[in-house]
Amino acid sequence: MDQSIDARPATPSRLTRARRLLATAPFTARLGMVLLAIYAFVAIFAPWIAPYGEVEVVSRIPFDGWSAEHLLGTDQLGRDFLSRLIFGARNSISIALVTTLISFGIGCLLGVFSALIGGFVDQAISRFVDALMSVPDLIFILMILSIFGNSIPNLILIIAVLTSTRFFRISRAAALNVASLDFVEAARVRGENLLWISVHEVFPNVLPLILSELGMRFCFIFLSIAALSFLGVGIQPPMAEWGSMVRDNAALINMGDITPLIPAASIALLAIAVNFVVDWLLNRVSGLNEEG
Amino acid sequence: MASDQSPAVLEIRDLRIEAKSSDHWSQIVRGVSLTLRKGEVLGLVGESGAGKSTVGLAALGYLRPGARASGGSVRLMGTELLAIPEEQRRRLRGTKVAYVAQSAQAAFNPVHRLMDQITLVAVDRGGLSRAEAEKRAVALFTALQLPDPQNFGARYPHQVSGGQLQRAMVAMAMICNPALIVFDEPTTALDVTTQVEVLISIRKVIAEFGVAAIYITHDLAVVAQIAHRVAVLRYGEVVEEAPIAAIMDHPEHPYTQSLWAVHEMPANDPETQETPRAPLLSVEGLGARFGTFEVLQDIDLRIGRGETVALVGESGSGKSTLGRVIAGLKAPSAGRALFDGAALPPKLRQRPLELLRRIQIIYQSADTALNPRQTVRAIVGRPLTLYQGLRGVAREKRLIELLRMVELDASHADRLPGQLSGGQKQRVAIARALAAEPELIICDEITSALDKVVQADVLRMMIGLKERLGVSYLFITHDLEVVRAIADRVVVMQHGRIVEQGEKGRVFAPPHEPYTGRLLASVPDMAVGWLDRIIAGRAA
Repeated sequence: MDQSIDARPATPSRLTRARRLLATAPFTARLGMVLLAIYAFVAIFAPWIAPYGEVEVVSRIPFDGWSAEHLLGTDQLGRDFLSRLIFGARNSISIALVTTLISFGIGCLLGVFSALIGGFVDQAISRFVDALMSVPDLIFILMILSIFGNSIPNLILIIAVLTSTRFFRISRAAALNVASLDFVEAARVRGENLLWISVHEVFPNVLPLILSELGMRFCFIFLSIAALSFLGVGIQPPMAEWGSMVRDNAALINMGDITPLIPAASIALLAIAVNFVVDWLLNRVSGLNEEG
Repeated sequence: MASDQSPAVLEIRDLRIEAKSSDHWSQIVRGVSLTLRKGEVLGLVGESGAGKSTVGLAALGYLRPGARASGGSVRLMGTELLAIPEEQRRRLRGTKVAYVAQSAQAAFNPVHRLMDQITLVAVDRGGLSRAEAEKRAVALFTALQLPDPQNFGARYPHQVSGGQLQRAMVAMAMICNPALIVFDEPTTALDVTTQVEVLISIRKVIAEFGVAAIYITHDLAVVAQIAHRVAVLRYGEVVEEAPIAAIMDHPEHPYTQSLWAVHEMPANDPETQETPRAPLLSVEGLGARFGTFEVLQDIDLRIGRGETVALVGESGSGKSTLGRVIAGLKAPSAGRALFDGAALPPKLRQRPLELLRRIQIIYQSADTALNPRQTVRAIVGRPLTLYQGLRGVAREKRLIELLRMVELDASHADRLPGQLSGGQKQRVAIARALAAEPELIICDEITSALDKVVQADVLRMMIGLKERLGVSYLFITHDLEVVRAIADRVVVMQHGRIVEQGEKGRVFAPPHEPYTGRLLASVPDMAVGWLDRIIAGRAA
């Protein structure tokens, strides 16, 4: 604020800053973080936590009720429901995570490039992205999957490309603001190339904004995969996945059994947890920034 | 002038204001006491962040969001402003107290006519009928010497000039005949030739209507023309308060004395050289346009090795555009440029890296010129790697050398720009330019965002660096004090053309080219009575 007052002390270490950050987090954000940690733990250690194997038929009775042996009963093929739920976390979360990161990479790189180059290139990419966004995602995915066949790499790729349009839009808008600043011009006058300017000058300044989007998109990708699996075109059996578990066991609901709703609730809870954390991050980005 | 017996219009006693920064309250005004009588103008002088505006707004009973009064009192004609409810305070504003902001452009709503905006408060809260209010407004337009006072109000804000808009804002403040007006840097955003006109108008209406006023500014020369008394603020405290003549003659506090820093810098004597300097850059018949608008026409310019050429002119004169054309950021539409005897390619992309290295730019605002997410080491180190291929220990060694050159040290290398003061940031930007070992540095208003003391330090450093390194400067500025201190030669621009250029001594000494003369005459002297002489001169 005051020019003549001497500068503040140098940056505190990353650890202290992270700890201070955590201390100021509101209750919802903390709850979200705890929930996310539990999900991550279950996903990573699934083989050790699950009482039975992922595709192991453990009972001759399908749709068996809850018991000491099978805590959540068995599914339509007599597999342990709890084990499927745990392995499902692993499959669904890892696929969604990979998809998010790929779309993040494509979208941000193109967005920052587009903003920096401007002119015809920017127009061409932007209009192409508009065209992609004008088709409802689910219909687009169903169409592509039916043409190129139903495999996990295809699934990841198509969802990643469609989601990257969102990252493109937000990173382009943010990069346009940054690109007009003097330090970007200074880098141009210095003779830096486009890639260097994108990565070193622009990207670090748009990252905080995109990070919040990252969490939000992860949720949507997760939901898309679950929805696709529920429709029968996502992750294929015998792989465990929450969306398809709901569909396969939906008949149980008619018998007054809530078991099929548990994977659905797991999806909902994860989405809520991510949103709690993202909301808090968004507030921090839009509010006072530490580096001013 | 007001006598000490007349009742005080405004009485501020031991005012303390706190502002919330991140998670704790810190005092930004620490016990300020001021008294203002009818017809009196108090100058509030200080540098950015000194708390001038905070005190000025508190006189209106207004605190910025995130600020609170933690003690003291503000009495306006006997009413304690800090004690009455917000609704009552709101009703006082515009009627009993009024405010004139720095930027009239930002203060007027662009979609309404001036008259509607100026009379709004008078009709809404001042109890005047619309016809009465408009009559008053026209009288004020006349007093403020606005053109065609009868019809002036029918215009929209974008249809009048910056200086006229600023005066329209004064009319808006005066419409209810308030007891107190706070002027917050009302001429800072204006060109010098416009500033004189607005100053004359403001002084005239203050005297005519006998209103008490607080005049906030960082420019001592301006306050000397308008105020009766001056209070110098620093870190939220009044360090000195005295009648204007006394403070101009004997500033007592060391801080007040430091406000003369740039003014008191010795004018550099361009050594009279028998042999002309070897030309580094020469520009002939240069033109540039935005669309069909000619921003630059017929520019002939020569910069010698080791020479400082100051490019002066008002906003819109094309001086910054000329700098950008030379830097390769804007392609010229006509003419040619030679750098060190070889043709200077017009576009950035056509210039080889070696040529880019030899011409560097330093920007006005170090806040936007430095990447906020890079450390000083990354910022200054990058040109070293790019141009000289330095890495590791060699780069670090050179980096520290450069930081010392700009009077910083190794401890600054790990900081982010946000952790540096304004002056330090500009030094880092200078170090980045020097890292390229350039032959020509284009300095675009590099001191205008800095405080006076820091300005003087930076200028002194730039002069020293030039002598040591033999680099040439193209110094773009509107501040003639800076020109006096640093330039060898001066180029005066107006409407995209060069109206005069030559040795500094010759350009600044009479007889003047008419525009240069007007420019020089418009810069307020650091002395009481300058404006009186201007007015007297006009009447004669």
